[in-house]
Amino acid sequence: MLEIRDLHASVEGQAILNGVDLSVGPGEVHAVMGPNGSGKSTLSYVLSGREGYAVDRGEVLYDGRDLLELEPEERAAAGLFLAFQYPVEIPGVGTMTFLRTALNALRRGRGEDELDAMQFLRVVRQKARALGIGDDMLKRALNVGFSGGEKKRNEMLQLAILEPRLAILDETDSGLDIDALKVVAEGVNALRSPDRAMLIITHYQRLLDHIVPDRVHVLAKGRILRSGGSELALELEEKGYGEIMGEAA
Amino acid sequence: MSRVAAETVEQVRSLGDRYKYGFVTDIESEQAPKGLNEDIVRFISAIKDEPEWLLEWRLEAFRHWQTMTEPNWAKLGIPMIDYQDAYYYSAPKQKEGPKSLDEVDPELLATYDKLGIPLREQEMLAGVAVDAVFDSVSVATTFKAKLEEHGVIFCPISEAVQNHPELVRKYLGSVVPYTDNFFATLNSAVFTDGSFVFVPKGVRCPMELSTYFRINAANTGQFERTLIIAEDSSYVSYLEGCTAPMRDEHQLHAAVVELVALDDAEIKYSTVQNWYPGDENGVGGIFNFVTKRGACIGARSKISWTQVETGSAITWKYPSCMLHGADSVGEFYSIAITNNYQQADTGTKMVHMGPRSRSRVISKGISAGRASNAYRGLVKMLPGAASARNYTQCDSLLIGSKCGAHTFPYIESQNRSARVEHEATTSKIDDDQLFYCRQRGIGEEEAVALIVNGFCREVLQQLPMEFAVEAQKLVGISLEGSVG
Repeated sequence: MLEIRDLHASVEGQAILNGVDLSVGPGEVHAVMGPNGSGKSTLSYVLSGREGYAVDRGEVLYDGRDLLELEPEERAAAGLFLAFQYPVEIPGVGTMTFLRTALNALRRGRGEDELDAMQFLRVVRQKARALGIGDDMLKRALNVGFSGGEKKRNEMLQLAILEPRLAILDETDSGLDIDALKVVAEGVNALRSPDRAMLIITHYQRLLDHIVPDRVHVLAKGRILRSGGSELALELEEKGYGEIMGEAA
Repeated sequence: MSRVAAETVEQVRSLGDRYKYGFVTDIESEQAPKGLNEDIVRFISAIKDEPEWLLEWRLEAFRHWQTMTEPNWAKLGIPMIDYQDAYYYSAPKQKEGPKSLDEVDPELLATYDKLGIPLREQEMLAGVAVDAVFDSVSVATTFKAKLEEHGVIFCPISEAVQNHPELVRKYLGSVVPYTDNFFATLNSAVFTDGSFVFVPKGVRCPMELSTYFRINAANTGQFERTLIIAEDSSYVSYLEGCTAPMRDEHQLHAAVVELVALDDAEIKYSTVQNWYPGDENGVGGIFNFVTKRGACIGARSKISWTQVETGSAITWKYPSCMLHGADSVGEFYSIAITNNYQQADTGTKMVHMGPRSRSRVISKGISAGRASNAYRGLVKMLPGAASARNYTQCDSLLIGSKCGAHTFPYIESQNRSARVEHEATTSKIDDDQLFYCRQRGIGEEEAVALIVNGFCREVLQQLPMEFAVEAQKLVGISLEGSVG
């Protein structure tokens, strides 16, 4: 489903990714772990098409299509979703309004009918309840004055409503207490399905106690230094990044 | 809108009879000759069969106007306007109008479509079918009957001059005197169209009153005059919408609106102004020089202005409240959007005279392209304004790096117990917000519209429901092409 080949990328002329290779099949959950500054967030922004992240070499195929050619909204319409590390606040725009605008934009992009207010309300209510999100939060302006946990839950709600085929979770666990972490993990696990792939980007192993990945990759110095099964995450937790990076070097 | 259309048709019909007063020799002609002089003023007054006192009032205004010069204090670059190179009276010449929607500029229709104006209304706005206009006569009459039951008068101001001369004479110019300012004085001399509303004591007007104004080079007057009077303990909500077709030449629009609120009366006045702004290179567009003022004469009276200004090449407009009454309330909620080469200098004046009078000003200015957007507001506390209060909040949003936003607050206080607050912010649509929306599948232009609508929310909420939806769409349309 996702094929990253020899990806080199830079920000303001500074090389951040130095030849990343990664292959994710349908139904698979991969974790990308790495120390701060290893290029984890850059990888997620390059995949989602953020301006200012230049691809210098390599290619990314998504269902056989050249992903890098597409505009961010086209990637979204093709089923790519990024759960942000720092969800953005948009004053005056109600969470409901935003969700509905996004869902209908995606549906239009896929040639489906838009949902009217009543149909949409039913969808949101049901998905929100599963994540412990009340009507009150849905009425507030998007992410404005939300706590860290609320923001992350809101990202998970969007994930559940937009039903992407490839979900990238960028440091979704940061800033979450253990209860919120469980809620988020349950939300993610509920979305695991044979035709949906996930890329979980994280610094710590603790999220992976709750979302067990099929593969774990260690990203450091802009490259995948090691790949393995879920046991690799535990090894990292035990030994720390230093040793792994030392071994690889 | 239907009312104005009906009115113009009526004018054309009656022109034949009134012709003897004019100096236009061609009976087919519905336009006064170009230029402005006393004869033109007399011609307009004669065509409307006005009483002597009104003609005199117009002539005094005209004579005074000749002694005045255009104001130049606004932050606007106004090209020279040749006042002798314009028509001051023109009524629709039906033969020249499009016969069906097929003959109307498709881009104009597309705009109406985007605004969600139904086809029937599109026909009337485009000045198309005569039968549609005739239909609207009966529609207008139905409403009229219902309003009359409640004693509410809602009619063209020229009709009010005929049927309610005592009211017009008492209040016309009572809030904006004919000496007020260059454009208001010009309007006083040559005004042609406009609305008159009178709500008697204790009556809550049973429906929203609305008017669509339209400038069509050969059509409706560009100097309309509106007068609304709310007697003791009455309430009225009035909406106006404005559109204009696209033309290469600039057109002048100089309207005057006067509101009078007596004891415990409330007037809510909402505007969605979408005059043609000119093209993306700044060619054409309406010059919108408008004087709007309300007088809260009575104790506990309230006047609330809400405006969404997205059109016009140049906007010069300061809807104001003169707070005479004790405990009277003035409000101003504004959204002004400028894109491409548009310029706006707009704001309000809150003049506090009555004790404990209160005012609230919320202004949202959005600037994109190479546009310039200025807020100019005066808050004045006169000696009588004991314990009066004002709160002003002025937010500017910039899109792109070639536009400008400016804030010019003027605060004058002559009463030590009065309190004035002013807050201002300036921000840009940031890349994080845009990227977040786009990642969720929302295209760039839709994302800008969404973010700007959020920025304007406090003001949009003040609009009556049916207008709020139109205004939200308008926000998106007027910013098209502002990013990327």
